[in-house]
Amino acid sequence: MRRVLSVIAGLIAAALAWEGYKAAGDPEGTVLFGVRVLPRADDLSMPHLSAIVQRLADPEMTGGRPVWIVVLDACLFTLGITAAGFLAGTAIGLVLAAAMQRFRIVERGLLPYVILSQTVPLVALAPLIAGWGGTLMPPWACVSVIAAYLAFFPVAVGMLRGLQSPSAAGAELMRSYAAGWWRTLMKLRFPAALPYLFPALRLAGAAAVVGAVVGEISTGTRGGIGRLIIEYSREATSDPAKVYTAMLGAALLGLLVAGTVSLLELPLMRHRRHVEVVTL
Amino acid sequence: MKLSRILLASVLALSACGTADTPSTPAPGASGALTPVKLQLQWFFQAQFAGYIAAVDQGFYREQGLDVELLEGGVDIVPQTVLATGKADYAIAWVPKALASREQGAGITDVGQIFARSGTYQVAWKDSGITKAADLAGKKVGNWGFGNEFELFAGMTKAGIDPGKDVTLVQQQFDMQALLKKEIDAAQAMSYNEYAQLLEAKNPATGQLYTADDFVIIDWKTEGSSMLQDAVWANTAKLGDPNYQAQTVKFLTATIKGWAFCRDNAEKCRDLVVAKGSKLGKSHQLWQMNEVNKLVWPAAGAGVGVIDDAAWKQTVEISQTTKNQTGDTVLKAAPEGLAYTNDYINQAIEQARAAGVDVTGSGFQPATVTLTEGGA
Repeated sequence: MRRVLSVIAGLIAAALAWEGYKAAGDPEGTVLFGVRVLPRADDLSMPHLSAIVQRLADPEMTGGRPVWIVVLDACLFTLGITAAGFLAGTAIGLVLAAAMQRFRIVERGLLPYVILSQTVPLVALAPLIAGWGGTLMPPWACVSVIAAYLAFFPVAVGMLRGLQSPSAAGAELMRSYAAGWWRTLMKLRFPAALPYLFPALRLAGAAAVVGAVVGEISTGTRGGIGRLIIEYSREATSDPAKVYTAMLGAALLGLLVAGTVSLLELPLMRHRRHVEVVTL
Repeated sequence: MKLSRILLASVLALSACGTADTPSTPAPGASGALTPVKLQLQWFFQAQFAGYIAAVDQGFYREQGLDVELLEGGVDIVPQTVLATGKADYAIAWVPKALASREQGAGITDVGQIFARSGTYQVAWKDSGITKAADLAGKKVGNWGFGNEFELFAGMTKAGIDPGKDVTLVQQQFDMQALLKKEIDAAQAMSYNEYAQLLEAKNPATGQLYTADDFVIIDWKTEGSSMLQDAVWANTAKLGDPNYQAQTVKFLTATIKGWAFCRDNAEKCRDLVVAKGSKLGKSHQLWQMNEVNKLVWPAAGAGVGVIDDAAWKQTVEISQTTKNQTGDTVLKAAPEGLAYTNDYINQAIEQARAAGVDVTGSGFQPATVTLTEGGA
């Protein structure tokens, strides 16, 4: 209840800040020494919230569906892409982390490339992956691959850190029980890694959303919210409120994914106290 | 810029290895079955590609034994690269950009210059006093960059302005807000898209839509610095294969029919584009159809799609000599090898004419389109 209230309070604060700046800010924006420090507050740059809500209710085009249904549809489509990318990325990240923990040589050999992978610009990667669409996989799956590519990284790095977190004493104790690598992993390392895993998963969730939206924009995959943003932003000249409807959708999608990932945490974090004892 | 070139080159090199086992083109219609053909567009479905959309919808490609799939573009999809890497059979691309890709190793050939004219404008406010390229001196000039700016730069250079010193260059977004907010004095705009967006926006001072009287257009066609735009590009290596040659003629024949259909049925073609899921409104789309028709029709010479030698030379010359703000030219040297050929389009024109298609459209009269707010 308290949480719901604070969310609502947050929304109201954001709305007040928006309208407040519109009322108080300079319509031409504030320029200091030739550098724009505050954005313009005119209707073209910052439409009134009421205009945005009105735009959500109006049809997208003459005789078309209302914008909010179009946006919701697009969000659901992108949610599917994000979920597929998140699951694939997490699975890959977990396997990589386990392999790197098990074999020191793998960690030495692989970790630099895992980090390097995130420095490859999506601009270069997306057209390559887009080329798989239609032959190897449906076009939406290409976008999932891009989402997974961004999502696996925090999981791999965070989980590796988590798997390595038990103290030497803990590991030695397991050895004295004659526990093998797998058993040590399941009984000691994996539970100890959970506090590291969940923040990593949250990062991965956010990365998957970004990957899905950017991937859609980059490859032009139709149906999702990323594509909708770019289509609507082309109309920003004559219909500025429309752009914000799509952005609201994307923000909603991000919140939804973040919320879902933190829900995942609830049943599993029962182990937390247990972990703390082991890692002492 | 350098990095992207290296990346492109390596992408091309990688894919060149991968295309060795591509099956050769089957003879179109040889076995009675339709030959699948992929056409890569430059952007999302919109009236700019209406001729191809109509040729699919009206069954013109099917008549020729081709099952054509249209691939939409995206922000990072480079049609000529998709073509060169064998992921599409044909691609639509602007000539200068495609020539730049050729110089970096993409084996592609212009086989049909569908847009005979350029649709690039530089738009300014009427009260700004700008009427021609020379007036841009000392002004804030918006441009898109990424190779879309060379007509502007060539036009300014021709008018005696040094684009690097005499104007303030501003990187422009894909919308026209910067001009409306007077952050820039002149904005780059396509006649069939961004210019229409201006006329769909409401003037807060009057509560009415802006009209053409509020703006001045610098048209690079009249300034003499226009470059060739939308063309059909084919894979150069595959053009050695008689079956691909035959397929190219058939593809172009149906494409001519599609564009002739859209010339004579602009509203029907608008509806086809809207039905394809374009998010742009109906009046905007009809405007675009009409403006695009102006770029295609009337077709000079033998008919639509024939590459005009003089226009080609002008495009290549500007590509080689005009420097953008980073000092780059589009091309370092004149295009080598088979950069363009009229062999196939001439055959296609003959076949289309024999089938009763008006291939020159000499009687074409553009319509007057009224835009509504937001292009709805």
